[in-house]
Amino acid sequence: MSAATTERNTQDPGAVRPSAVRDVLAVWNRQARPLVRNPLAVVFGMAQPLLYLALFAPLLTGLGGPEGQDPWQWFVPGLLVMLALFTCGFAGFGLLPEIASGAHERMLATPASRTSLLLGRVVQDVALMLVQSVLVLLLVLPLGFRAPLPETVLGLALLAVLGAVLATLSYVVALATRQTYVFAPVLQTVVMPLMLLSGVLLPMDLAPGWLYTLSRLNPLAHVVDAERALFAGQWGTDVAVGWVVALVLLVLSLVLGARMMRRGAS
Amino acid sequence: MIRTRALARSFRSGKHTVEAVRGVDLDVAEGELVALLGPNGAGKTTLLRMLTTLLPPTAGAATVAGYDVRTDAARVRARIGVVGQGHGLGESQRARDELLTQARLYGVGRREARARADELLEMLELTGVADRGTPSLSGGQKRRLDIALGLVHRPRMLFLDEPSTGLDPQSRANLWGHVARLRAEHGTTVLVTTHYLDEADGHAERAVVVDHGTVIADGTPDALKGQVPGDRVTLDDVFLNLTGRSLREGE
Ligand SMILES: Nc1ncnc2c1ncn2[C@@H]1O[C@H](COP(=O)(O)OP(=O)(O)O)[C@@H](O)[C@H]1O
Ligand SMILES: [Mg+2]
Repeated sequence: MSAATTERNTQDPGAVRPSAVRDVLAVWNRQARPLVRNPLAVVFGMAQPLLYLALFAPLLTGLGGPEGQDPWQWFVPGLLVMLALFTCGFAGFGLLPEIASGAHERMLATPASRTSLLLGRVVQDVALMLVQSVLVLLLVLPLGFRAPLPETVLGLALLAVLGAVLATLSYVVALATRQTYVFAPVLQTVVMPLMLLSGVLLPMDLAPGWLYTLSRLNPLAHVVDAERALFAGQWGTDVAVGWVVALVLLVLSLVLGARMMRRGAS
Repeated sequence: MIRTRALARSFRSGKHTVEAVRGVDLDVAEGELVALLGPNGAGKTTLLRMLTTLLPPTAGAATVAGYDVRTDAARVRARIGVVGQGHGLGESQRARDELLTQARLYGVGRREARARADELLEMLELTGVADRGTPSLSGGQKRRLDIALGLVHRPRMLFLDEPSTGLDPQSRANLWGHVARLRAEHGTTVLVTTHYLDEADGHAERAVVVDHGTVIADGTPDALKGQVPGDRVTLDDVFLNLTGRSLREGE
């Protein structure tokens, strides 16, 4: 095989056409390498959710609803969504220095499709987030958290879809803003309300009517509800709504992301 | 290898329109080593980004390696190597790993990619730092790695944007030596920009001088210098003669 490839290469390097799968794998590989070399970074990346787990979740014990009776069972599904929000939602930070240095443009100049260049990054962000989620689950299982296998698998799959949406949108914002000093405040402004209105920390049932209505407009809240239902073993409308919301957002964000990447640098 | 006709690009920022490149006709034959010279802001990078499909032209046409940069961008990309103006190195990547990824993105097979990476590391004197993180490389090493990245797929045409900026004179000479060798040994066509006009002297056989987005002179460095009276004429003098401005004024 190598003789034929070499021959073709010397005659016309352009004759070898790259495939989308190979391109995605190449970028995923590149993005994963630093973490494989330094696995501790995986844990550092989840500091914020872990702090909530250790220093906030115990507060729930004093409350009256389901969140008070069984804080882990109530809090951990939402915590996984928070993990997706922080790990995938902040993914754009990794692209900004590459936009500034020219590494991003170097890859745009290759024949790899621009959608593949985006997807390779998104796949790595989702993979990292899933590893972190499994670590969280392993941490809370001894504390009495119940995670039956089918529900856990479906819950993590839903989380992966949400993570892909958040990472893609984060890259869209990074590509649009291009500068860290613009990206960071934009992201903070979006992420904080998304988190507060998702019901991750406290049940939105406690909210006054207007706040509850606002939270229903937050797609994240529906995914949180679906995750809670799943880990409680309740297969019902909450689960279905969460999946529909996540899948619709996935299609929309990928279309937007692909378009943004194809527009390239200007 | 390159053919442009009335190639132009303008940028709009608010109410202002900057005409970065205005009507460039440029022909570069296979195997030529052409230096694109001009002061900062002359439009060199913009011209290169159009030729390398990174930026759509606002007017005019360009073909590179036989394909239209607008309508056949993927085919152009597969056939050219591009080294941009900045360091195109990932901050958390090692030198060899960047080469391997780059080769894969050009469709080079896994085994061949490894062989190719080793070969380029050797050729550009980077073998000793192959497994170091890119931030720990010196300026000259980074620039040589950038060039290696542009060569992983053995392109017949290489674009280099200010490869020597920021380097000390010795690294600069070393870099030009590599470019000259590439061309001598593989017949690679090279288009290289620089704002150090005199750098082209002795290295490139053809100098294209641009200013305010247009080509103001094109010829061998000797022919260009012959247009200016006196001896010990430099390309800076040629620029002064053509524009009435010294390149050094702004510095
Ligand atoms: N992306 C851009 N947006 C707006 N203006 C630009 C952009 N790129 C270049 N320019 C302007 O175009 C002109 C030519 O720039 P450039 O091609 O980078 O010159 P050079 O590479 O010769 O220094 C400059 O006035 C520059 O400010
Ligand atoms: Mg430039």
